[in-house]
Amino acid sequence: MVAYTAKRLIQSVFVMVAVAFLAFSLFAFVGDPVAQMTGVETSPEDRARLREELGLNDPVVVQFTRFTGDLLRGDFGYSFRTREPIGEMILSRLPATLELGTVALLISLVVGIPAGIYTALRPRGAISQSMLIGTLIGVSIPTFVIGILLIFLFGVKLGWLPTYGRGGTVEIGWWRSSLFTAQGWRSLILPAVTLGLFQLTLTMRLVRAQMMEVMRTDHIRFAIARGVPWRSIRYRHALSNTMIPVITIIGLQFGGVIAFSIVTESVFQWPGMGLLFLESIRFVDIPVMSVYLVVIAFFFVLINLAVDLLYVAIDPRLRVRESA
Amino acid sequence: MLSVEGLSVRFTDRFGAAMAVEDVSLSVERGEIHGLVGESGAGKSTIGAAIMGLLPAAGQVAAGRMTLGETDLRTLSPVAAHRLRGKRISMIFQDPQTSLNPLMTVEAQLIETILAHEEMTVEAARRRAIDLLEEIGIANAPARIRAYPHQFSGGMRQRVVIALALCSNPELIIADEPTTALDVAVQAQVLDLIRRLAKTRGVGFILITHDIGVIAQVSDRVTVLRDGRVMEQGPTPRVLGQPDHPYTKALMAAVPPLDRRLERFRLPRVPGEKMAQVEADKAREAEDWLMEETGSGPALDLSGITVRFRGERRGLFGPREDFTALDDVSLSVRAGTVMGLVGESGSGKSTLAKVIAALVQPAAGEMRLDGVALPPMRARRRADPSRRLVQMVFQDPYSSLNSRHRVLDVLSEPLWLYGLEPDAGRRDRLAHAMLALVGLPVAAADRYPHQFSGGQRQRIAVARALLSRPGLLLCDEPTSALDVSIQAQILNLLKDMQARFGLTTLFISHNLAVVRQMSDDIAVLKDGRLVETGRSEAFFAAPDATYSRDLLAQTPCTGQQF
Repeated sequence: MVAYTAKRLIQSVFVMVAVAFLAFSLFAFVGDPVAQMTGVETSPEDRARLREELGLNDPVVVQFTRFTGDLLRGDFGYSFRTREPIGEMILSRLPATLELGTVALLISLVVGIPAGIYTALRPRGAISQSMLIGTLIGVSIPTFVIGILLIFLFGVKLGWLPTYGRGGTVEIGWWRSSLFTAQGWRSLILPAVTLGLFQLTLTMRLVRAQMMEVMRTDHIRFAIARGVPWRSIRYRHALSNTMIPVITIIGLQFGGVIAFSIVTESVFQWPGMGLLFLESIRFVDIPVMSVYLVVIAFFFVLINLAVDLLYVAIDPRLRVRESA
Repeated sequence: MLSVEGLSVRFTDRFGAAMAVEDVSLSVERGEIHGLVGESGAGKSTIGAAIMGLLPAAGQVAAGRMTLGETDLRTLSPVAAHRLRGKRISMIFQDPQTSLNPLMTVEAQLIETILAHEEMTVEAARRRAIDLLEEIGIANAPARIRAYPHQFSGGMRQRVVIALALCSNPELIIADEPTTALDVAVQAQVLDLIRRLAKTRGVGFILITHDIGVIAQVSDRVTVLRDGRVMEQGPTPRVLGQPDHPYTKALMAAVPPLDRRLERFRLPRVPGEKMAQVEADKAREAEDWLMEETGSGPALDLSGITVRFRGERRGLFGPREDFTALDDVSLSVRAGTVMGLVGESGSGKSTLAKVIAALVQPAAGEMRLDGVALPPMRARRRADPSRRLVQMVFQDPYSSLNSRHRVLDVLSEPLWLYGLEPDAGRRDRLAHAMLALVGLPVAAADRYPHQFSGGQRQRIAVARALLSRPGLLLCDEPTSALDVSIQAQILNLLKDMQARFGLTTLFISHNLAVVRQMSDDIAVLKDGRLVETGRSEAFFAAPDATYSRDLLAQTPCTGQQF
């Protein structure tokens, strides 16, 4: 168990180093930072001085080490566009994205898993069939169209929910949260549903396929043959075996939800990291882009690590090998 | 106790309806073991499923009466039927590897099953579970009960399965091929256990098997089935001692005898039935092509082969616990002969074949093919001539063929891969001819592997191996997944091919009777060490090592005791 965790941790470190190098190359090789920072009127001498001051004449290895060191110390540099420290910019945007992503994921799980189980246990029922068709339509429509449709229906026609922005936030330390007021939830619900809908259909179909396969296995047939109550067969024996592969996908999905909330955030003008990233692209704000890359990769790695450890907790075949 | 009268089961699919079981009657008394024996497709498992009320959706009971004691099994509501399962009838499945929930401890599974049927405290259920495991022969039951299924060996796992079937004190247990996945020594133990339980607890058993040797060992009564119909029924000593029906005789004659060597394996065919004929003229081209390479296969010499598998570390910096799969094995296979390699599961038989085929890297040892050094896995180049010369036929015909390739592609691959035939047209003709040679219709070339039965797929696997014009054929349990008649066909085919083309063959099996029929020499492996090696006939007449004698004694054989 300790060895397993250590191994996963070391792997994660390698992934982060690789991502940091990518981010660094974006920063160092895509365009000339000095040209970005200065105007036409800057003299060649000033440019050379700036270049020397910023350490751009050092060997690549030295520059990369310095870059990684800064990242580790939490010094993410300054934005070209706003001249603010990037660390603070990201930190102020992070809660919005994390809350949006988590709520979207919860919606997809709370609806997707029971729906998957239901459609697996009654594969030929009318309700199952209509759910499957419905989700197929859900998958086929792009996220931004769904967002616009929802805005049109609930925001414009019915006027129940706000259509953009993030209202009713409460500050807990640096964390600005919208989870503690009704107003906050009202503005969160549309973007979260939009973001979670695609994941929901995926989760449902995955749970359904996996569960149907598990219900055909020998150990389920044996449990039926020895008269174990149906409730236990379905929700204890079959569901736990179903969840092993599903957890991997859900973990990857969560990473994806956070990384690709860009579209949803821009449709709803949600002040999260996705929106920040879009603004940075528009202004070729390379330092922000490269830090965004590192932060997102960090979340991916963290989630994967959690999934791997969760695996061990669920599957005794991984946990107790040493005593076998 | 259980009485089945005139049972018929119909399967309906989009092509129409077919009868899987027709007019079968049988009865089981308390403490009686009733054997159902027949080839695959005889309807044995369908009868078991019908009694359990667990027929697949396409199947339905068309006619007949089934009663257990006073209960009519056909008229039960689904809820009542489920309550009856486990409580009064239980079941044991074939493969102990897959019939336990891998995520729950044995304790949780046992207690859950007991509590599903009886009102008692968890503590009382746990005590009963522990007592039961002890009765069933699991040492240190109070501690072992907390283990997960994967922490038990195959034989022990089948005991746990039996304990699970038994823990609610059912009157009847349907055992569907309970020992097919186990090797001989473990099989004997599990069968003993079943017999003991029938005697001491008065449980009735229906024992479903294709192995007439198993029937001879444990059953009191036997029903011989074929194509869903009863051929013969009666007390086992009578049916196997003086069989009335020609099919029973044929089935018994088809079991390879342990005590003598036959020229060919017999098929369970009633006299007068027609057999598929090999289309000799179509097969001619493949035969001539194989004959072009004159002389017999190479001699294989192995010396000091040792294989270690890396174990898990204990803790972060603890030592690895390596597992020695093969320990200093030296073996010679004479040119053009068949060497039988026997031993229990886990003895390293398959590992040795994989070392020769360069699929496993040995830690030490040397291999020679006709005196020329045969490089081990990492040193064997892709283009090494031995890659073509050494071919393998695997145990599982379901996973050893690429399911996305047509049979024609599977068969012509070795021809271009090893540069044997530059001409594409000639390659196709050879592939077709080879199909005819192994007794399949030439039209089979355009189909995919999943469209064939297990036996037909194994023929395709043999054909593929032959098309690389091998010198040394490694057969790893080629028929242990197949029943008697298909086994006989495949082994006869291998025997023919070996005799005609002088292939040197390493034949791995845990079935000593089969090995006796196939091999010229024999080698016995136990726990990775070579126990005994020698000429096959001398070995079977008088084995040297005690272990070999045990192995011989455990092999079940047909009705000689009657």
